[in-house]
Amino acid sequence: MDAERTTFPIIADLDRQGADPPYDFPEYVGTRLRAPKEPLVIVPQTLSELTGPAFGDAAVGEFDNDLTRQHVGQPLGERIVVAGRVLGCDGRPLGGQLVEIWQANAAGRYLHVVDTHDAPLDPSFSGAGRTLTDGDGWYRFTTVKPGAYPWKNHPNAWRPNHIHFSLFGRAFTERLVTQMYFPGDPLFAYDPIFHSIRDEQARERLVSNLDLSLTEADWALGYRFDIVLGSRDATPLEDLHDD
Amino acid sequence: MTDSGLTGSQTVGPYLSIGLLRNPITARLVEEADPRAIRIRGRLLDGLGDPVPDGIVEIWQANAAGRYNHPSDARLEASLEEGFLGFGRSGTADEGRFEFVTVKPGPVPWPDGGLQAPHLLVGVFARGLLKRAVTRMYFPDEGAANASDPVLSGLDRRTRETLIAESAGDGSLHFDIRLQGAGQTTFFAT
Repeated sequence: MDAERTTFPIIADLDRQGADPPYDFPEYVGTRLRAPKEPLVIVPQTLSELTGPAFGDAAVGEFDNDLTRQHVGQPLGERIVVAGRVLGCDGRPLGGQLVEIWQANAAGRYLHVVDTHDAPLDPSFSGAGRTLTDGDGWYRFTTVKPGAYPWKNHPNAWRPNHIHFSLFGRAFTERLVTQMYFPGDPLFAYDPIFHSIRDEQARERLVSNLDLSLTEADWALGYRFDIVLGSRDATPLEDLHDD
Repeated sequence: MTDSGLTGSQTVGPYLSIGLLRNPITARLVEEADPRAIRIRGRLLDGLGDPVPDGIVEIWQANAAGRYNHPSDARLEASLEEGFLGFGRSGTADEGRFEFVTVKPGPVPWPDGGLQAPHLLVGVFARGLLKRAVTRMYFPDEGAANASDPVLSGLDRRTRETLIAESAGDGSLHFDIRLQGAGQTTFFAT
């Protein structure tokens, strides 16, 4: 039987707290026709939500974690190491996690048909990487620092330098796609995507730290970016019965 | 409220295909020649009903016996199937269209006991989505199971109907995802 009305709790997205941005954030123009506006339905976490995919070594190729060695020549730009730990919200390391990244080249240009920014492509740089975390949750990429680039969001809009990250966690509810930024970027103040995260501490967690211990001497500067994964609205079943 | 310490979400942006649409993660969960194979097609649509070509749709499901390929599902009554992970990913570059080849999952348990009707979990990322949108897809030929499904039966008619795929004439299933506006797909807080 169809219920007359929804008996599960619902929540307006804008009322949700936490580290995520809201869907509806008009300063980022792309959200205006794409942000869901209906309230979100809260259902118990079932086996469907509490499980999720895990990928093995077959998902990763030899040079997938070194974006500077995927072509015959070396890419132009400032060579960097980006490394960190993937952790659960209880602080425990998550091993065997697939980490996928993609980014612009050092000139701020993506190897993508819809990127029309008049900056050069680099024949020695594709901008895609992936790796698996080790038993202590560590991942490590070698790449070049991505350039800033203009976008059409508002007059003279430029994105801060960033690398896109994709992670899976231990369950479907923990899946995350985010962006890693670089410390001290003067473009933060003008970037609506960065500022879509309303909580300042949560925003700052997306900014990597220069870490000399990760630096490869005479080769590449190191940046540290740790990632904490967890369910956003994990509501135990027993809390859902009274509404 | 204490800070959760979680890493926050950011949009995949328009260039997501560089990082996310690469083998071996594909929209083919089983071989097309598998006699159990079903095809799920749909379109990702915005608030004007226009296609969203810069998105991806991901699915997660149990196998045909209703078993998830995950250590948290240790039920003995349903067996794992060699080579079936249960995760798929499709781009939407062709005018918002996505397409999966998979098998219909078996029923899976509800926490209080009882069973859920066969369903997929569906996650959507796109330029303009600052975080993932999560929904469920149910099957149109599972009337009895759908009627007693604990999720569907707790939703009002409009909300419920957005979650049930349609049978297309060619034997495939059709499931449009509307991010906003009239007929918006029901999304869940995860």
